This record gives sequence, structure tokens and C-alpha cells, in this order.
Amino acid sequence: MAAKPVIGVLALQGAFAEHEDYLRRAGALAVEVRRPDQLEELDGLILPGGESTTIGKLLRRFGFEEPLRRFDRPIWGTCAGMILLSREIRGGLPDQLALDRIDLRVTRNAFGRQADSFTAPLELSNLAEPIPAVFIRAPLAEPLSDRVEVLAEVDGQVAAARQANVWVSSFHPELSGDLRLHKSFVATCRSRSQGHKFQAGGQQA
Amino acid sequence: MSKEKGSLQVKSGLAQMLKGGVIMDVSTPEQAVIAQEAGACAVMALERIPSEIRKEGGVSRMSDPAMIQRIMDAVTIPVMAKVRIGHFVEAEILQALGVDFIDESEVLTPADEEFHIEKSHFKVPFVCGCRNLGEALRRVGEGAVMIRSKGEAGTGNVVEAVRHMRTLNAEIRRAKLMPEEELMSYARDLGVPIDLLKQARKAGRLPVVTFAAGGIATPADAALMMRLGCDGVFVGSGIFGSSDPASRARAIVEATTHFADPKQLVQCSRGLGEPMRGLDIASIPQHELVQGRGR
Repeated sequence: MAAKPVIGVLALQGAFAEHEDYLRRAGALAVEVRRPDQLEELDGLILPGGESTTIGKLLRRFGFEEPLRRFDRPIWGTCAGMILLSREIRGGLPDQLALDRIDLRVTRNAFGRQADSFTAPLELSNLAEPIPAVFIRAPLAEPLSDRVEVLAEVDGQVAAARQANVWVSSFHPELSGDLRLHKSFVATCRSRSQGHKFQAGGQQA
Repeated sequence: MSKEKGSLQVKSGLAQMLKGGVIMDVSTPEQAVIAQEAGACAVMALERIPSEIRKEGGVSRMSDPAMIQRIMDAVTIPVMAKVRIGHFVEAEILQALGVDFIDESEVLTPADEEFHIEKSHFKVPFVCGCRNLGEALRRVGEGAVMIRSKGEAGTGNVVEAVRHMRTLNAEIRRAKLMPEEELMSYARDLGVPIDLLKQARKAGRLPVVTFAAGGIATPADAALMMRLGCDGVFVGSGIFGSSDPASRARAIVEATTHFADPKQLVQCSRGLGEPMRGLDIASIPQHELVQGRGR
């Protein structure tokens, strides 16, 4: 049996516990990441939902900015995490952190305030059946290059996308009761971790 | 695409996104910007912070919608506002205004000494205060998607918030350890729905996001409440009642993230100037305590 991949969940603020729970159920070892030196040991990382301005400020204060720009393993941003991974932010603070890991221009609170938060079944091009998506003061985005693979759209804008090993979703799979996206992310991290360990000459348990 | 708004999942969802964060009381757009800049995950708009309400007395009501609107326009983070206990019309007004969260709060003068708002009918999420498991689960039964300790607001003294979280934890622990046949009587004694008590017993915690509130004045206070099992903290008078609100606000945000890391807490506790003066609870006349409002 393959070793479990170690996947970090950024735990500065937001709904990190929900992601940890889903990751464990999807077959990963989940760890809470509060310091940049913890990034070394990871096979993948999730930037969770929460308040993007809060998380962005804490990332800067605790020295995560450069390590996250360089982080070369799979990384997945949901909601606030999607905002942080984008190249440009509309409707943010003037100095709001954009890590430029995916070629998207993201609009914060694209649907409006909490009164316009909603759930809806959402079709993703990489899933056979729709996912029961939860959008909480959610962002939407437009692609800035053809390197972005759009997986789902809402109201004509990007709600889920991939670019190389960077994944984003503007909704909350970790609140959906649906493990498919987490399983898929864990599989991506696992193949990466096995390749890495093989190259390093390590033996799989 | 058919969008379903205002469901329990959508209301609880926002509470979940606030976890690990600090929600700060603000009375002006300028204060709201300072709070956002410090890293607050939301602000609570109210005309007078609790320590001023305590000092000035009189009837304390929902804030002027124009004042709340100015704060909503000044920041991009969620904005909460308070209504009086049982005042469902104030809540309808705030929902129509479009605030992101309502606090049915004992800090304001109660409008109803018998009944709370039936919160499940609203599309906007609600947070309510509690001193113990009975109060908490009754509020959840009425539709609150977030619970906070009551503490004793406006005192800068964390002792009551600690008491309330300790009580909550002890009562949940008791439910957890008790044989199943004793649960119904425990639910009867607490005055709570049995299904919610079973949920709390199974999870070992409240079935909703649980924040600390009431008297938090320092980074160490915030970290203490996190260590007692809270998901995040409200800071009322503790920030804008102190000598250097911007630094203190930022420090409390950092302490709430690194609550279990004493070395980080040393860093964020340094050189913050004077905290709010604070009150000994024993020096407050019994009838001026607000935590007994709304059971």
C-alpha cells in the first residue's frame, strides 16, 4: 500500500479544520501549517477559505510570501485561497497580497454581500456528476492567459480552474459533503510524493 | 443555475469562514479601516462600545442604519450589527439593510425579557451569547449559527468569559461521559432539545462555531480563550478603549492565530501601551451586570 501523502492546510485563519477532516477521509495525512519552515515536509498544500485580507496580512507578517511563490508541489486555493493565488485582485485593498500563482484576475465578493451567498449544483469538467457547491461571499475570476484550464463557470466567469499544479475553486468543497475533489487532489499529491521519494532512492512503505 | 440563498448551510458557512479570526467592535468608518488593516476577519458596527454604554447608561438600542451603512461602505470584510434580545423588527431592519451577520446581544437593553428572536426564519445568520450549555443550545434551537460567551462586556476583565467557557466545556464533558439513558433527564434539567444535546455529546463541543466574547483586552486574553476551545474571539472595548488601538488590534489578531505558541505570544505582547483600564466584577452593582439578560 502506498504511503499517505502529507498535505498541509494553511491554518492562519478560516475554515482549515474542515479541509483537514476531508483530507483525512480522502486518505491523506493533514497537518496545520502556521510557520513557513513547515512547508518543506509537505507533498501538497491547501489555502482554505476565510477572510482573504486577514490571511494575506498574516502571510506577509509571518514570512510566507516568498516561500509560497516558490512552493513547487501541488497547491489548492478555495475561496479566499483562490484570491490569494491569483495574479490580480479586483475589489481588494490597495496592497492586498496576490501570490501570482495562476493567471487569473479575481473579483472579490463577486456576488455581493452575505445575503447573496448561495448553494447550487455545479458542473465541473473533470467530474462526472455535479458537486453541491457552497458559495460564501465568493469570488469569481477571468483568465489572463490560455495556460489556465477552466473547470467550471458561474455567470460567465471562472469558478474553478487549474494551471499546472495550482488548483483554485471559488466555492467550498470542504463544506459540500462531497469528497471527490479532495480525493483527486490527494491522488495528485500522492503521485508527486511517490515520484519524489523514488528519485531520492527511498523505499515505499 | 438555481441558487439557493439563506439556507442553514449558507448561514453556517459564513460562521465557519470567520474561525481563527478576531471580530472587532467599531463605532466609526475610521475605526473600521483600522480594524481591517490590523487583520480583523469582521467588524461589529455599533454607536457606543460596551464600556461607554456601561458608563453612560440609559436604554441602548440598535445603531442608526446610516451609521452602519457608512461602515459597510468603508471596508470589504463582513460587517455585523447588534439587535436587542427579542427585537425581531430591529433584526428585519438590519437584514433589509444587508448586514452580513446579526448579534442578538445582551449588551443592548433587552426588548423582551421572556423570548428571543426566532432566528431560523431569517436569511441573515445570527450569533448569540451564552453563559452555559443550556443557554447555548436554546439559542441554537432558535436558529443561531454561531455562539459566543457572554463574559461581562465593557469591563476589560476576562474572568466572566473564562467562567462561561469553563462551564460550557464542563457541561458538554458531563454529557459525553453520562450513560445514554441519563441524557433525557439532563436535557430536561438544562431545558434544551435532546437532539442538540446528543449532537454536542457526540462532537464533544457545541454543534456551531463558538467564539469568546466579553472582557478580552490583551493578546494573552485572546490566546487563553482559544486554549479553552474557542474558535475565535470578539474584542469589544478592549481595542478602541486602549491607548494604541492599531498596534493592539494587530497583536490580538496575531495571538489568535498563534495561541499555542508562547514564543510568538512574547513577540505580539511587547510594547502595546496601556490596555483599557478594566473593572473588577465585584465592584459592579448586581443590577448593572449584563450577562444575566436573556436566558
